[in-house]
Amino acid sequence: MLLSRALLKRHSVLPGFDLALGFTLLYVALIVLVPLSAAFLKTFTMSWPAFWSAVTGPRVMASYRLTFGASFAAAVVNAVFGLVVCWVLVRYEFPGRRFVDALVDLPFALPTAVAGIALTALYSNNGWIGQWLPFKVSFTPLGVFVALTFIGLPFVVRTLQPVLEDLPGEVEEAAAMLGASRAQTFVRVILPAIAPALLTGFALAFARALGEYGSVIFIAGNLPLVSEITPLIIITKLEQYDYTGATAIAVVMLVASFAMLLAINALQAWTRSRQGR
Amino acid sequence: MSSMLTSATTEPAWLRRTLIAIALLFLALFLFVPLAAVFFEALKKGLGVYVAAITDPDALSAIKLTLIAAAIAVPMNLVFGVAAAWAIAKFEFRGRDLLLTLIDLPFSVSPVIAGLIFVLVFGLQGWLGGWLRNHDLKVIFALPGIVLATVFITFPFVARELIPLMQAQGTEQEEAARVLGAGGWQIFRRITLPNIKWALLYGVILCNARAMGEFGAVSVVSGHIRGQTNTMPLHIEILYNEYQFAAAFAVASLLAGLALLTLALKYVVERRTAATHQKART
Repeated sequence: MLLSRALLKRHSVLPGFDLALGFTLLYVALIVLVPLSAAFLKTFTMSWPAFWSAVTGPRVMASYRLTFGASFAAAVVNAVFGLVVCWVLVRYEFPGRRFVDALVDLPFALPTAVAGIALTALYSNNGWIGQWLPFKVSFTPLGVFVALTFIGLPFVVRTLQPVLEDLPGEVEEAAAMLGASRAQTFVRVILPAIAPALLTGFALAFARALGEYGSVIFIAGNLPLVSEITPLIIITKLEQYDYTGATAIAVVMLVASFAMLLAINALQAWTRSRQGR
Repeated sequence: MSSMLTSATTEPAWLRRTLIAIALLFLALFLFVPLAAVFFEALKKGLGVYVAAITDPDALSAIKLTLIAAAIAVPMNLVFGVAAAWAIAKFEFRGRDLLLTLIDLPFSVSPVIAGLIFVLVFGLQGWLGGWLRNHDLKVIFALPGIVLATVFITFPFVARELIPLMQAQGTEQEEAARVLGAGGWQIFRRITLPNIKWALLYGVILCNARAMGEFGAVSVVSGHIRGQTNTMPLHIEILYNEYQFAAAFAVASLLAGLALLTLALKYVVERRTAATHQKART
């Protein structure tokens, strides 16, 4: 009774609010909030210089550059090719379209370790794809980029798809009647309409890539200062029983993730307002 | 006129074909070929090696542990997902947006960090570490830790699948049932559940696929004890690092099959929900 009286904005005849919300809050607190706060509280036991040197060591800095750089590059590639894939799926008919559409979600469902060993085998020097490339992919920073591209692939397509499907055809017809070329219509009419969704998809892919571990460690080679991602540094510290050091770096990554989460929420609100919902 | 407009609002045939080719080539390089490679590499050394890899005692124990962990984690998140969706979709209350953000939170936390936070709470040096040791209980490097990490990672899936659907369906049907004298459990079972059953099923299957495939978080809390705390993804890693590639891909092919099953079910669910929406409209 307490929860419903304190929180409900509008009286409802439906039962179960107190039980459902009470259980939800308890579960969120126990599984998510209390454990996450443990990470922050742990770093408060460190002195500021100790914290600073733990999160800015040369190996750690190199791993930030790689993690953020490769995540950004992968998200850019996914934004460009995701737009093409989405456009083709929504606008064109071709044999196997439904099948392709269904398979786009594969990176959501395929375990990261499975993706990791498959990509490593394919992009290694004698792999199906790697043998045709003039440069090394597996066991280099380029491999990190390949794995992160795989992981982020569905985000742009799936965020863009409903927006592109709902785009009213009349606007494009009007642009054509007014003498715009197809390219002009795309740049001046279609692109501004889908920009918020495209940016949201980009941000989702980027945020997902920042924390990715399973698919990357197989293909990266994990050379210190060269191809070592930040989540791996956390694991390495844990294996050396340096819990405070690991937690300090984890807190830096958590803050970055939360910033991304806020940005994504703002972008999604923008997308909805553009769609007039 | 209409044909002129059509040609003015679509691309020339050569451009259409080029775009389709680019899209398919990109998907081939990053999706289709890797998926095919899993099954190809698994069967490269023949069916005998494949069967031997899967029926190896360590593999069987990894499969068993994965099934047990999922069998505990998925029902937990199912109950949570239904409760959260009922509160969020059927009622208007203060702090609802904040709660939605909190439910999404595990999506943006790195799996490695998800494992780490449970070590900080339940590990030997952790908050409850001393108490657990005095009572001879083990969470980290044991099944409870694996379950907790899995629950955290797969936390939002069922709720996220149900909330938008239940919000779109509104509350009129449930309210009518209430006015006619139905009890809470009766309303849920006879009205709400039939409306959401397909989305619920997909949420559970997706949650299950992620639970069985979780690698980073489980890797931190498991301790990698062969035959005891190794799940399937961890077993794949061990085999791969020992250069037993065919065996690693054989175990991986089981999880890839589960992923394909998940996608097939998603396809069915989307067609069903589209069909019910159409029926509701006409």
